[in-house]
Amino acid sequence: MTMPLMKPARKNPVLRTQQINLPPWSRGRVALGLTAAAAEGRFELQVCEQCNAVQYPPREACHRCLSPQLKWRPQGGEAALISETRLRHSNDLFFRERLPWRLGLVQLDTGPTVIVHLHDEVAAPPARVRVGARLDRAGQAVLIGFPWEGSENMAQDKILREMTSDPKFRKVLVSDGKTPVGQALVQALVKAGAEIVWVGHAEPWKKLPGFDDITQLEQATLVPLDLTNERSVNELAGEIGGKVDIVINNAEVHRSFGIAARRGTDAARAEMDINYFGLLRLAQAFGPALRGRSADGATHAAAWVNLLSIYALSNYPPHGTFSASKAAALSLSQCLRAEMRPAGLRVINVFPGPIDDEWNQNMPPPKLAPAALASAIVNALKEGVEDVYPGEVAQEWLERWRDNPKVLERELAAGG
Amino acid sequence: MTLARGHDMQATTSLLGSLAVALASGRIRVVDLTQTLSPDFPQIALPPEMGQCWAFRIEEISRYDERGPAWYWNNFSCGEHTGTHFDAPIHWISGRDLPHNSVDTIPTQHFVAPACVIDCSKQAQADPDYLLTVADIEQFEAQHGRIGAGTWALMRTDWSKRHDPEAYQNFDETGQHTPGPSSEAVQFLVTQRNVLGFGSEAIGTDAGQGYHLRPPYPCHYFMHGAGRYGLQCLANLDLLPPTGALLVCPPLKIEKGSGSPLRVIALVED
Repeated sequence: MTMPLMKPARKNPVLRTQQINLPPWSRGRVALGLTAAAAEGRFELQVCEQCNAVQYPPREACHRCLSPQLKWRPQGGEAALISETRLRHSNDLFFRERLPWRLGLVQLDTGPTVIVHLHDEVAAPPARVRVGARLDRAGQAVLIGFPWEGSENMAQDKILREMTSDPKFRKVLVSDGKTPVGQALVQALVKAGAEIVWVGHAEPWKKLPGFDDITQLEQATLVPLDLTNERSVNELAGEIGGKVDIVINNAEVHRSFGIAARRGTDAARAEMDINYFGLLRLAQAFGPALRGRSADGATHAAAWVNLLSIYALSNYPPHGTFSASKAAALSLSQCLRAEMRPAGLRVINVFPGPIDDEWNQNMPPPKLAPAALASAIVNALKEGVEDVYPGEVAQEWLERWRDNPKVLERELAAGG
Repeated sequence: MTLARGHDMQATTSLLGSLAVALASGRIRVVDLTQTLSPDFPQIALPPEMGQCWAFRIEEISRYDERGPAWYWNNFSCGEHTGTHFDAPIHWISGRDLPHNSVDTIPTQHFVAPACVIDCSKQAQADPDYLLTVADIEQFEAQHGRIGAGTWALMRTDWSKRHDPEAYQNFDETGQHTPGPSSEAVQFLVTQRNVLGFGSEAIGTDAGQGYHLRPPYPCHYFMHGAGRYGLQCLANLDLLPPTGALLVCPPLKIEKGSGSPLRVIALVED
């Protein structure tokens, strides 16, 4: 049984803040296929198109028939634990700081034998285990042996917590609490056990429905935050930046115009000012303090979430300028991810399809409910994934985009 | 600080010379009627699907740092109608075809003019939707004399003392609640008194609920339709006498500009 995480004691302010040492992060090009799947929460291995052999570690050619025709395929991960060991010494700084560390040798039912990080609830060998892939603190895929039937608190396992950004007992900033999504996020984070949720509150004179409900929550604290205003962002970072463990940037401006449907650039500029420059301002102000606290105790700074859009992948002409701003934000978010990775911080990009809100009134269903989006974001934090495509529309677009981006472009130009 | 300029001009008998002496001696005070341009000062809010006036925003270019070692400066952005600002006749559809209707073509003579201050602070305190009436104007004139042609009519409400942006904007589910003039009062000032323009302390010259008056936004409609001007987001009107102040308020010379943020000062003789 994993014990539930207890609320950590307050930090001793006279001690040097613990700094991060990353686990080994180097991977070859082929091995990054494992990471690419794990980034979306899947465990995939190479499967030979010729002889159906499943192989690990990843290679250029099939280990059995030497065919180069290998495809990454999702794996169930059912396996048998052959042996285990508990690491009590390591020259690697990351593991040295976290000893003892449990490792196991397992044989997947599909054939390959792999070494996994072993969840504490897995019984001694011989035992059945489920193997899954997770991103570690370096952002690279590692394999984990999960218990066949985990207990209620299995996510609190020491090894697993290193791979995830569970909001429990963490302090979270939600950059815009006024939108339905922002309000749903605050509710979901409080439910997930966040200690404090700072709720960004721009243009306080604009009163929007539902806002009073979240201000009633004991854990929620309204803070003035306007992403168009550099001073406002810097002031808030000065005030609470050193305490924030998770930033969720959900602030967005969404107008449904292409190029011809709207004269001038004001609506497009407002979208860019929040969706792109807002992210830039927020990252410049809050990034440094987050990076400095990425190993600060059990509830260290952990993650940064960006609310993007599936339109970031390919332009949806009826919402053309919005799509462009989200594409810009996606590109910047990749830069942020690269800059956060040395600190072991996870940058999570969320790509919803149309959200059921005031700016998608004319969109036919299915539309993503704000509560469903909020729950997908909290799950992404708990599961440690990096890219989230919540909802049917996002999943379908993703599939079509992966299949052939050019075909999708033509389909979208013809109305979807 | 008293400047001894009078010494060099002792022989002068010109009006401006006398003015300079009065300014130097403090007999004429200069009162600032301007709100500070700050990102915290709210901008006018229209329904979100409409075009929006930019709020005042400011970002550092450099501050004695690697971006510019010996100098500090900023870039700022805002709309023509941000902060304390001037409305030109071209701002409204009723004034769009008038001659000299934009800030770059308005006769410069109009940027220096007398002002009368009608005190509605008690009424506005009791009722944020208070509308200035013709009766208020007549009562003012009974006490202080008839409002002269070419005068600024300023409505004092002490609204500028609401330093909290939320209280200043004063929105509820039915929109904004700020004082302004009634349709009849505006028409009276334009046609019967031939004023130069109308000035207010709230975010617009029209009341917060001005959209529901007849016609909608009567101050904009009638003032600008008659080639008159507007000043809004004024401050310190409580420091002005009911009559006798001289307003200096030149807007920026923006080509075909509909208005501009500006510094408004009043000369007041003690």
